[in-house]
Amino acid sequence: MIWIQHDPVIDSGHILLKSLFFYPVLKKQIRKNITGRAMTESTISDILQFMFMGIQRGCIYALAAIGFNMIYNATGIINFAQGEFVVIGGLMMVTLTMTWNLPIPLAFLLTTAFVTLIGIAMERFTINPVKHPTVLRLIIITIAVSIIIKGAAMCFWGKNSHFMRHFSSAETLDFYGATILPQTIWIIGILLFIVAGYIFFFNYTMTGKCMRACAINRDAARLAGINDRKMVMLSFALSAGIGAIAGIIITPIIQMDYARGALLGIKGFGAAVLGGLGNSMGAIIAGVLIGVLEALAAGYISSHYMDAIALIILLLVLFVRPSGLFGSSEAMRLKEF
Amino acid sequence: MKKRSVFLLAALAMVLSFSSAITAMAEDIHVGCIFAITGKASWLGEPERNTAEMVAKKINAAGGINGKKLVLHIEDDQGDNTQAVNAVNKLIKKDKVCAIIGPSTSGTSMAVVPIVQEAKIPLLSCAGAAVIVEPASERKWVFKTPQKDSDCVKRIYDHMKGKGIKDIGIISSTSGFGDAGRNQLKKIAAEYGINIVADETYDPTATDMTAQLVKIKNAGAQAVVNWSIEPAQAIVPQNIKQLKLTIPLYQSHGFGNLKYAAAAGEAGEGLIFPAGRLLAVDTVADDHPQKKVLVDYRNEYESTYKDKVSTFGGHAYDALYILTNAMKKVGDDPAKIRDEIEKTEFVGTAGIFKFSPTDHCGLDKTAFEMLTVKNGKFVVLTE
Amino acid sequence: MKIKDYIGIGILIIVIAAMPDLVGNDYYLGVLIFTAFNCLTCTGLCLLMGYTGQISIGHGAFIAIGAYSSAILTTKLGWSPWTAMGCGVLLAAITAVIVGIPTMRLKGHYLAMATLGFASIVHIVSVAAVDVTGGPSGISGIPRLQIFGFALNSDTRNFYFSWGVVVVGLYLAVNLIHSRVGRGLQAIHGSEDAASSLGVNIAVDKIKILVLSAIYASISGSLYAHYVLYIDPGPFDIMHSVLLVTMVAVGGLHNIWGAITGAVLLSLLPEFLSFLSEYLQGIGIRYQTDYDTLIYGSILLLIMLFLPEGLFEGLSRSLKSISGFRGKLAGRSSERAD
Repeated sequence: MIWIQHDPVIDSGHILLKSLFFYPVLKKQIRKNITGRAMTESTISDILQFMFMGIQRGCIYALAAIGFNMIYNATGIINFAQGEFVVIGGLMMVTLTMTWNLPIPLAFLLTTAFVTLIGIAMERFTINPVKHPTVLRLIIITIAVSIIIKGAAMCFWGKNSHFMRHFSSAETLDFYGATILPQTIWIIGILLFIVAGYIFFFNYTMTGKCMRACAINRDAARLAGINDRKMVMLSFALSAGIGAIAGIIITPIIQMDYARGALLGIKGFGAAVLGGLGNSMGAIIAGVLIGVLEALAAGYISSHYMDAIALIILLLVLFVRPSGLFGSSEAMRLKEF
Repeated sequence: MKKRSVFLLAALAMVLSFSSAITAMAEDIHVGCIFAITGKASWLGEPERNTAEMVAKKINAAGGINGKKLVLHIEDDQGDNTQAVNAVNKLIKKDKVCAIIGPSTSGTSMAVVPIVQEAKIPLLSCAGAAVIVEPASERKWVFKTPQKDSDCVKRIYDHMKGKGIKDIGIISSTSGFGDAGRNQLKKIAAEYGINIVADETYDPTATDMTAQLVKIKNAGAQAVVNWSIEPAQAIVPQNIKQLKLTIPLYQSHGFGNLKYAAAAGEAGEGLIFPAGRLLAVDTVADDHPQKKVLVDYRNEYESTYKDKVSTFGGHAYDALYILTNAMKKVGDDPAKIRDEIEKTEFVGTAGIFKFSPTDHCGLDKTAFEMLTVKNGKFVVLTE
Repeated sequence: MKIKDYIGIGILIIVIAAMPDLVGNDYYLGVLIFTAFNCLTCTGLCLLMGYTGQISIGHGAFIAIGAYSSAILTTKLGWSPWTAMGCGVLLAAITAVIVGIPTMRLKGHYLAMATLGFASIVHIVSVAAVDVTGGPSGISGIPRLQIFGFALNSDTRNFYFSWGVVVVGLYLAVNLIHSRVGRGLQAIHGSEDAASSLGVNIAVDKIKILVLSAIYASISGSLYAHYVLYIDPGPFDIMHSVLLVTMVAVGGLHNIWGAITGAVLLSLLPEFLSFLSEYLQGIGIRYQTDYDTLIYGSILLLIMLFLPEGLFEGLSRSLKSISGFRGKLAGRSSERAD
């Protein structure tokens, strides 16, 4: 039942993207909707600038949230090591491209494969052996794993921030008075690509359908001959891979260091919850929404409180809709502590 | 069941009491160090630890302190106040040190100040904020070796005045260092006739400051001051370039790490910041009194650790030499060391120290040199 | 209250009384004082998590409320520390009610996120509201506590006082668990629907326990402020809230003694690691403090993998199987593994 709701959500996503690429229409709408009278050109470009900043942040939250959802659907737990996958992806990419001077596409593949292996190892050695899993116990295990990965990353990559060259040129592009980095376009593009791959995988491949079946009803899926343990492993592999990609694409902009994981993870968790746990399309919308809210709050209210404003809105949404924007309350009941 | 937990506690107590029995030889001189070696400020703590170990080795190789071996007890506070308090208690009560170097950050330094004041053990903090040692009458046992943030602000405002800049926007990180700088910027502005038109902050882990910079731009600022010590500060020049802002960017002395300049890349070219001379040692005049110290320290550090030197390690270097020089004169009595440090004059990496009963930092604004980034390197600003 | 709990508290008191002589070094007392603060918060958190099944990753916020109330009221308004502490408790209780009414309707991960969000908001305010909280520069010059003119100015005195508070808190908590209210709470954890059909007022009971645990956290925050004498937002961040949950889970969720065990273990673990590193360096093994993080994580992982009901139950059980000790397991947790 988690999956039925996809279509309207994808539609709203389309609107968001359409509005970006058909900017003049948007401009007119902003003029009409926000103030009711003509605004100066610079106000429009400011809004656009904040939107770019917000969408860029939001894409990363969204990618982290998809990772959370994959594992949540398979196991019912929140994987606190999700942020660590992002960090390892970023750091590995830095080593491969900046130290070993590999071409970016090759490094991209190697890094994703490497982090996917870490995800599989994590599932095999820490989640799979647990005989009587309870949600809280598994969560604490993921916290322990995140501490270990963080410690290992610190020993291996040291404590400094690492920076990496942009995928393409670092020259900014002008866009109706606002500026955008080519890297941001890469981020948006890769997010869209992942979403497309995600929809294809879960709707048109056997493995994907098996994973969905497990997410909806694990016992029934097992009765139908699906190896649910294997699906759990697969979910860890995929979510680690997606985490790695998030790390890879964001590192040129933010610089990566070993300690960033927890914060990225918490933001991603917020996006996953706001979108409705288990609903990955909801997570994408929610992730971008949180990013944009933060940027607008920083731009128009106060940079001191920008994170708090996004959180307050998140809480208010939860109070009104206890299962998130796009989550169903029935699905929520299935997986409790 | 409770018995078990209690048994566990008792066993634990036993282990603890045994460990306290291990105390070192009485003949050595014990000095404590607290650095944020891991955790959220580890890029500060690591060069400091490396430097302290390197200097101690060198001092001992040269015969120690009046023939006695210098023993460093290095603790890691992880940039966390509770751990720092534990560490300073351990150094004072278990290791019986006669003086302490560190902690690395302003917050942890403030957290341990009450303890060293009460235990009457001299502390040489490696953190930037001036409030750590001010007022000196209340901070009898506390000294610090980095330059004062207030002097840094004065140098920036001096430079702005020369350029005719009046309206500025400030952007600072929400850490102890950033906040202290923000307060000083606001406090001293009126004195120089500077008008702060925008006051923005960002989290030390922030990834994008374009929104804040757009606000600064719209406020009509003629220059931006970015005050932070965290790696995130290197994003500000990048965002400025991205927004195609052409107003000059000033950084604080917290920018004093070549890695930050490398991270800012091309966008960092031409930014201006006051810093100790260590970073631009090649462009310092040969007859400058600090020249020899700077060259020695840089060469030694870079050859020992195969890593770029940063001003942060230099603070530990100064602190350890100031301390050991005092100990060579008066031995290892904490009270005598304190009195001696208060009289110390020392040529260090951060500047020429001149401590006094009213000044526990010992540096003034001449310790700073205005630097800029040119071809990815720090050079002294000539205009 | 069961006889075993009386014995437990009695033995705890004896150990506390003997501790300063046993450890013989003020430094360890300092570490144990921080341990006491964590024990106090974890006792409250365990009431909430173990007995009503409500997760909270937001208790760092209540600690912050207590600590900041004490710090601000004593340094800026010159109030007596005890009045300030009382105000902190009141403020934490009111906040708990306000936050609790909408939040406690949520479940599972949604509840976790809501409490986490609340904790982040409090943390952001403590960083950003510079005029009130001092911002990242913090508040220094907090006075020490005085009991009838008897200043808590040594580690021994602070040690006795803070552990005394823990014992009182523990006594109240254990009493509560075995009262009618406590049995109602356990019923909530078992099944909310069943409990409410038997006349337990779930919503009100959950809020009451949240308020109680917030009070515990607030007191521990006030004590922290009056012991360290300086506070900044650092110690009250989200990671501290996560650590508290971890302490409770490691010790054992369903038993208040488990929470104490977990708090003691995880508070002392960093000290053990530093002791270990000194030992290893002493015998000539090159050991870097950087490895501490790895070892800490590994120990946590091993406990969760091999002691499913938490450290306390796990140890009791293995001791029982070794010695053939016949006794009923404390609480009813073994029957209630979910």
